[in-house]
Amino acid sequence: MKWAVIVFPGSNCDRDAAAAIRDVTGDQADLVWHDQSDLSRYDAIVLPGGFSYGDYLRSGAIARFSPAVEAVKREAERGKLVLGICNGFQVLTESHLLPGALLRNDNLQFRCEMTELVVANNQSPFTSGYQLGERIRVPIAHGEGRYVADGDLVSALESSNRVAFTYPHNPNGSLHDIAGILNDKGNVLGLMPHPERAVTEWMDSLDGRRMFLSMHRYMKEAGGLVGANGNANS
Amino acid sequence: MLELTATQIRDEKIYRSLGLTDAEYDQVIAKLGRLPNYVEAGIFGVLWSEHCSYKSSKAHLRKFPTTGPQVLQGPGENAGVVDIGDGLAVAFKMESHNHPSAVEPFQGAATGVGGILRDIFTMGARPIAFLNSLRFGPLDDARTRYLFEQVVAGIGGYGNCVGIPTVAGEVQFSPTYHGNPLVNAMCVGLLQSDQIVTGTATGVGNPVFVVGARTGRDGIHGATFASAEDPHEKERSAVQVGDPFLGKLLMEACLELIASGAVVGIQDMGAAGLTSSSAEMASRAGGGIEMVLDDVPVRETEMTPYEMMLSESQERMLVVLERGREEVAFEIFRRYGLEVANVGRVTDDGRLRLLFKGEVVADMPVAALVDEAPVYEREAAPWSPVVAHSIPTDLAIAEAWMKLLAHPSVADKRWVYRQYDTSVRASTVLGPGHDAALVKVPGVDKAVAMATDGNSRYVYLNPRRGGQIAVAEAVRNLATVGAKPLAITNCLNFGNPEKPEIMRQLSDAIEGMAQACEALGTPVVSGNVSLYNETRGVDIQPTPVVGAIGVLDGIGHRVPSAPKVAGEHTSLWLLGREDESLDGTLYGELVCDGPAGDAPYLNLDEEARLHQLLQQLSSQSLLEAAHDVSEGGIAVTLAEICIGSGRGTELSLPADVHAHGWLFSEAQGRVIVAVQAANEQAVQRLAAAAFVPAKRIGVLEGAEIRVRQSGKTLATMSLQALTAAYEEAIPSFFNTLQPTATITKQSSGQ
Repeated sequence: MKWAVIVFPGSNCDRDAAAAIRDVTGDQADLVWHDQSDLSRYDAIVLPGGFSYGDYLRSGAIARFSPAVEAVKREAERGKLVLGICNGFQVLTESHLLPGALLRNDNLQFRCEMTELVVANNQSPFTSGYQLGERIRVPIAHGEGRYVADGDLVSALESSNRVAFTYPHNPNGSLHDIAGILNDKGNVLGLMPHPERAVTEWMDSLDGRRMFLSMHRYMKEAGGLVGANGNANS
Repeated sequence: MLELTATQIRDEKIYRSLGLTDAEYDQVIAKLGRLPNYVEAGIFGVLWSEHCSYKSSKAHLRKFPTTGPQVLQGPGENAGVVDIGDGLAVAFKMESHNHPSAVEPFQGAATGVGGILRDIFTMGARPIAFLNSLRFGPLDDARTRYLFEQVVAGIGGYGNCVGIPTVAGEVQFSPTYHGNPLVNAMCVGLLQSDQIVTGTATGVGNPVFVVGARTGRDGIHGATFASAEDPHEKERSAVQVGDPFLGKLLMEACLELIASGAVVGIQDMGAAGLTSSSAEMASRAGGGIEMVLDDVPVRETEMTPYEMMLSESQERMLVVLERGREEVAFEIFRRYGLEVANVGRVTDDGRLRLLFKGEVVADMPVAALVDEAPVYEREAAPWSPVVAHSIPTDLAIAEAWMKLLAHPSVADKRWVYRQYDTSVRASTVLGPGHDAALVKVPGVDKAVAMATDGNSRYVYLNPRRGGQIAVAEAVRNLATVGAKPLAITNCLNFGNPEKPEIMRQLSDAIEGMAQACEALGTPVVSGNVSLYNETRGVDIQPTPVVGAIGVLDGIGHRVPSAPKVAGEHTSLWLLGREDESLDGTLYGELVCDGPAGDAPYLNLDEEARLHQLLQQLSSQSLLEAAHDVSEGGIAVTLAEICIGSGRGTELSLPADVHAHGWLFSEAQGRVIVAVQAANEQAVQRLAAAAFVPAKRIGVLEGAEIRVRQSGKTLATMSLQALTAAYEEAIPSFFNTLQPTATITKQSSGQ
């Protein structure tokens, strides 16, 4: 499997994500500069954490106009797996690949700490390695991670099983404790916590590994379906 | 724009406002052989400022040991470099940003972080961690809370954005810093040991480039401002504004450019911007530089040569490239969307020559600007000890214990460090909250250990021993997590050097530090001096801050500050002497309302043996945890271990000791370790062989800390109450939203 990790000017978790992917799955993971407009040769795309273009306007607001994000939209449409972590999640909501928005934390501070998550959906390509309702530990590191959406949308997300992770101890004021959501086809996941920072014993958690493993296994099982002929498999 | 003429500068004594004394101005005339014009006088003013020239401290700094087999680059460059084996090296330095942070705390702190970051990647090193050492007045003052909140936000604002974790540091609160906070930032980077890059402008004819941000009018005269007595009187416009996004791009572009091999020399434009970077690079090469200022990219119109040379706009570098390889730089910087402009060339005439609109606007010998800057052997008063207090011991032990834990200098700093990204780069093995941080080195089973420390109370009471302790504590922190200490950097934050009693503090503290560096095998490889830390004539207590670097071989050997899971039979051992003196303690400060007595006990031979022992114990995986005894004494160290492990303990004090002294003494060279029953004998054996006293003082069990002596219970404290006091002390000063659980824990104690 081949993974692309998109690098925007200001991305800063790109190397971490690529290293985690290589370590956990043994797959190839390329760092791809934001000016690339063709991502068709990749099986999965990761939008990493950081401060794309400085995020001085609104997190992810500029990145959505980059050629790479246009390409991400096309590949998502074709059913490829797209994982947005932290700033990557913000880019996904700004570019409307995921609904809702991420606002300033309700405590008005940047927060970095190990956080518990509850697995709310283990049927997706990203979460099949977890038990439903399982509590996992993955660190957060963000100033703008408060998920908001209108009431109907949140109900719809919950009833259609698109909330992937929730916080048992909400660190940022997210609506309904939402930490990560899926798109309607289930091939795009955005989450604020950093699974790439929970992949070795000395990182104090190994729980991020299963996300990359789930994706790897899904792509392998989907085989030619994902990528080669562009069929979604959700 | 009309600039003042050379004769006006002389007759109207304009040079004084540019930072030159009458005597210094006469020296400038002698060195030039004529009157300096406005640009030249301004350049001499900043380069001869305390901040750039170290004129008051230079004579004393020479006492520091700076060499050793591990030292690849000592002081004098942008950062020091030490060898960590496997062909790898670590570049590190600490720098102060005290004066800007007192006026504009967010930007002052942010640009402090940005500046030290550039010093590190300039060496060709990939930055891997930030640390910071902060000092504020008491938090019950609204202005202090504002400064504290904004400094923390500024450090996070820059560090989080550039994607380098802030992994360690300390924050202390004392009335001495009211009005003059200290913000010292340290950065650590990793590089191949044979690929160190320096700030040297060699190769006559090689082109000189300004890269990064455009030059604006911000920060003009920042360096002289930093050397001024009272920053509150000064303009905010002397404070620079940071752009971490640009800083990140500049870092990536410069590292790429350095890797291309086209770079001859590179230097950050920090204090005194284009002036100091060009003069210092030429000075190191023993040559000259000629620049055409019309080619400097500017962000404002009508900028004069004076403004361009003295601007401290952030995120700029001066780069000397190998002639003919300019295209490499153009390609890289264009890709990152950064400015790159050829502004001049390296010469061999030993002069800094500036041209603007076809005219020579400044022409000065580089040696006069840098190497021959004035050095002052300022008068130091004889040392007179602070009046000795007897330290009362009538405060109930449990009450004192709780007060110490709730003192913001001791209390949990999670409120601070959870605002920093501590785990980006996915390399943080031990982050904040441990004695030292450990950052994994990619590709090998190794981690870089790092810590900062510095206690002004000790230095104030006894500058020489206080200086020794500053080094000993920082280095001990490394050994406590299991690492081998290698070298230190420092920030010397002192008051007004024109006062003889301040010079005594500076001189003695440096001597003490130097002795400790010798004894512990940790030379000084970089550093920074910040003087004139005073408000309305009142100086801060002398505050040398030490940043120490070490290496841990085998990250499985790391030792946390509290056992993660306290097993059935985890016992607590005191390594080091038992002591009963309350000299210099935080307890003493609380009951006497100020520093009291002498500095605490320290013996450098004992200290060195303890460090050796700790490394042995960790390499044999005999410790569950280790935590050094510092502020608040055994009482605080023990409480922190108990809070961290979620278990209490019972202490039985020897019958013949004074309980307050035994619990609250801050005697140095001591560590409490947690040991499993199976390893107790081995620990005892190794301690005995190292001639380090080892005494079993308790077992981790129960939900209370209980203190007994001669069959009597002296104090009983629930772990819950201790934890609440410890964790809520700092948040209780702020109105930020707390998790509900924390709010309800605050019981009404009226």
